Amino acid sequence: MTAGFLIASAFLASAVEFVEALTIVLAAGITRGWRSALTGLGAATLALAVIVSALGPALTLVPISALRLVVGALLLAFGLQWLRKAILRASGYKPLHDEAAIFARELDEARTAQAEQRAGLDWYGFTLAFKGVLLEGLEVAFIVVTFGSAQGNIGLAAIGAGGALVLVVVVGALVRAPLARVPENTMKFAVGVMLTTFGIFWSAEGAGAHWPGDDAALPVVLAFVIALSAASVATLRRRRPAMVAA
Amino acid sequence: MSRLRAFGRFWWSFVVGDDWVAAAGIAVAIGITAAIAAEHVAAWWFLPAAVAIVLAHSLYREARNSG
Repeated sequence: MTAGFLIASAFLASAVEFVEALTIVLAAGITRGWRSALTGLGAATLALAVIVSALGPALTLVPISALRLVVGALLLAFGLQWLRKAILRASGYKPLHDEAAIFARELDEARTAQAEQRAGLDWYGFTLAFKGVLLEGLEVAFIVVTFGSAQGNIGLAAIGAGGALVLVVVVGALVRAPLARVPENTMKFAVGVMLTTFGIFWSAEGAGAHWPGDDAALPVVLAFVIALSAASVATLRRRRPAMVAA
Repeated sequence: MSRLRAFGRFWWSFVVGDDWVAAAGIAVAIGITAAIAAEHVAAWWFLPAAVAIVLAHSLYREARNSG
């Protein structure tokens, strides 16, 4: 159960970030040339590989209870941000994430930016792709390293993230358009729920609490977080029905 | 120095985000969980309850500000 949950969480969280990175790389490639965009993508991937290969082994040296406390606390703080935004989106208090609109805005900005050649590359296209992939990729790296190390299996988390990368790259290469039909808001909601669940579970364990039934408590915590989120959405929707309908 | 500040700002927004009160609430809740566990009393229930309160408070503030 925990292994499947771990892979699914890493897959979903990574897929959301890869979809956003793809949108930025596509905008850079279409407007500023593919050479600069793909070089930016390659450089960011290399930087991420260095960060993960330095952080991953270092974290395995930390005692597991201390690691679960720190990682759990980080995931809980990080996960609550996602969950809070997802609840506000689902209840109409925040606009839904629209990948097509973001793509149109990126295209517009990239078209109007001034041309500047450095090292034979269009510098705007390179930095747009580099920064986009690095920032979105850092979130993936954070999730893979923290999930994997707290569960004692970085490989499983990496399998989930790798699967998401392959899927998004293949679909992105085929359609050459932002993946606007991906249910990104639903996926973000699911990721927020999963991050918060793991965060509660690990940080309580790391703080010295013992869950009744040990790992079997994880699905119960998951059910609690889902129920809490659904109740929050329902309460907020009742408070603001006009905006939801708009 | 400005790069160091930008680095700090990045991690702050990455982990804490736009509601530092919620992040502080979580830190306090984990501390209380550890204190309860140190007394050899069942402490597993405290953190889920605290998360429910922190989330409700954070959502209430956001809804009030945007409503």
